[in-house]
Amino acid sequence: MILASTLTTNLAILVLAGFIGFVVISKVPNTLHTPLMSGTNAIHGIVLLGGLLIVGASGNGTFNKIILVIAIAFGTINVVGGFLVTDRMLEMFKSKPKPPKDDTGKDGDGAGGTR
Amino acid sequence: MILASSFLQEQNFLDVLYVIAFALFIQGLRGLSGPTTAVRGNRIAAVGMLIAVIATLLNQFEGNWGLIVLGVALGAAVGVPAARQVKMTAMPQMVALFNGVGGGAVFLISWSEFRLTDGFSGTATYIAVFSLFAAIVGSVSFWGSNIAFGKLQEIIPGRPISFGSAQQIVNLVLLILAVAAGVDIAAGSHSEAIFIGLLVCSALLGNAVVLPIGGADMPVVISLLNAFTGLSAAATGIALNNTALIVAGMIVGASGTILTNLMATAMNRSIPAIVAGGFGGGGAVEGASGAGEHAGTVRSTSAADAAIQLAYANRVVIVPGYGMAVAQAQHAVRELTKELEKRGVEVSYAIHPVAGRMPGHMNVLLAEADVPYDQLKEMDDANPEFQRTDVSLVIGANDVTNPAAKNTPSSPIYGMPILEVGDSHSVIVIKRSMNPGFAGIENELYYDPKTAMLFGDAKSAVSEISAELGQI
Repeated sequence: MILASTLTTNLAILVLAGFIGFVVISKVPNTLHTPLMSGTNAIHGIVLLGGLLIVGASGNGTFNKIILVIAIAFGTINVVGGFLVTDRMLEMFKSKPKPPKDDTGKDGDGAGGTR
Repeated sequence: MILASSFLQEQNFLDVLYVIAFALFIQGLRGLSGPTTAVRGNRIAAVGMLIAVIATLLNQFEGNWGLIVLGVALGAAVGVPAARQVKMTAMPQMVALFNGVGGGAVFLISWSEFRLTDGFSGTATYIAVFSLFAAIVGSVSFWGSNIAFGKLQEIIPGRPISFGSAQQIVNLVLLILAVAAGVDIAAGSHSEAIFIGLLVCSALLGNAVVLPIGGADMPVVISLLNAFTGLSAAATGIALNNTALIVAGMIVGASGTILTNLMATAMNRSIPAIVAGGFGGGGAVEGASGAGEHAGTVRSTSAADAAIQLAYANRVVIVPGYGMAVAQAQHAVRELTKELEKRGVEVSYAIHPVAGRMPGHMNVLLAEADVPYDQLKEMDDANPEFQRTDVSLVIGANDVTNPAAKNTPSSPIYGMPILEVGDSHSVIVIKRSMNPGFAGIENELYYDPKTAMLFGDAKSAVSEISAELGQI
């Protein structure tokens, strides 16, 4: 009973999130599609949480610990890399006078926050 | 489940933080809908992610902090420099790679969950089902993305590699085997060998699906795999009873599906046809034999002639493509535009939705070079204007200008909307050689009498034209 209600609640959340995704994202103009793809790509790095949750549970053997560390590393690459790269791309749309190349120094604050 | 907190209050607090986190994701994505709010939108989403991570860390029981620090440090050490140093032109590969590691994390998490629970013993069947779904899709996404990366980075040939007619059967068999392994485990088998078999079949499937797909379809594939990874993350969320994962994963699943559809529509391709593979294979063969028939009718020009032609035009439309991206020519193109504008020439850019290798790829590059937003015209706005354009300057674009898409029903790209550069009074094409484009299809435009070819690297060719302009 309890399990079933957890499942239905989660399924409801799943379906609603899908609709929100469609509504919010279908408004994005063509020109922002590459940053959008990159930004949503960063968001699915949230699987990192799955790694954190399981590594925190008791009973993990050595092999499990190894694959979990890899999973956390992968998730971190996905999140941190994804947000940083999106930030760099989007900075370029703010077309203010600035040196044309190499603006890598100033984009740390946005995504850097996620470590 | 294994994660259930003994402290109700803590669990509620955690849930509130998660709700805040995904509200920030949604708000962030809304921000991404406009160029002025996009930077902030991305940062809002990043803050949401930080909150979600902190909330999860508050819920540590065993406290394997060393492992967590190690994993995060490793990931940051790889991800941060990669993200900071990647060139804007290599962005599609980077997204493919980041997408791949996300999928990798999904299947590894599923595997560790399987091991931790001794093959899902004592857990509800639906948890096993969602976890196994995540394992299959995550693994397909990981391997598929790596192949896409390899193709875009040109480590693997961009042309389709396939088993020919057996391809569909091979894919189907692999899928059936993976699903069968999953069903066996969900039905109560605790054998880790079967789980590994599931991972291997999914891995082979990921390779087998993406390898036969031609380079021209790669943007669609990355977008599709992005959606896959999102869905697998959502499935992981259900298996772990974690709302933040469910919401974030599903939003990505939905957005990836929309993007994939948009791109496929722009190329007049159906997603099943792309996944079935082989695009460009037949065309390449036709192109090779077709080249002989056309030989000798191509007119080549010099930078000096091109400069004169451009200087005396009233209206010039620049059509950028992947060639501009690989040559890093966007700044040179911007300089050329300034030179022309000084002479009173009206210059605009016509952007095909799938020019380059990702939608919006050209916009990112031209924005990097500070090209004003209002000079960029999308295909539907640009096409009617070619008729009153004196010179169309095609820089490293090929398939998106190919009239075969309109005129040759047998062409693999038949039906794809193109930029109608052939309508303009004259055309200059900057291209490295007569080699066919990424899709491997011969372009009739180059044999049109009003087309002149300027062979060379896009950047040096454009710079030469600018230099010649200075002397007129």
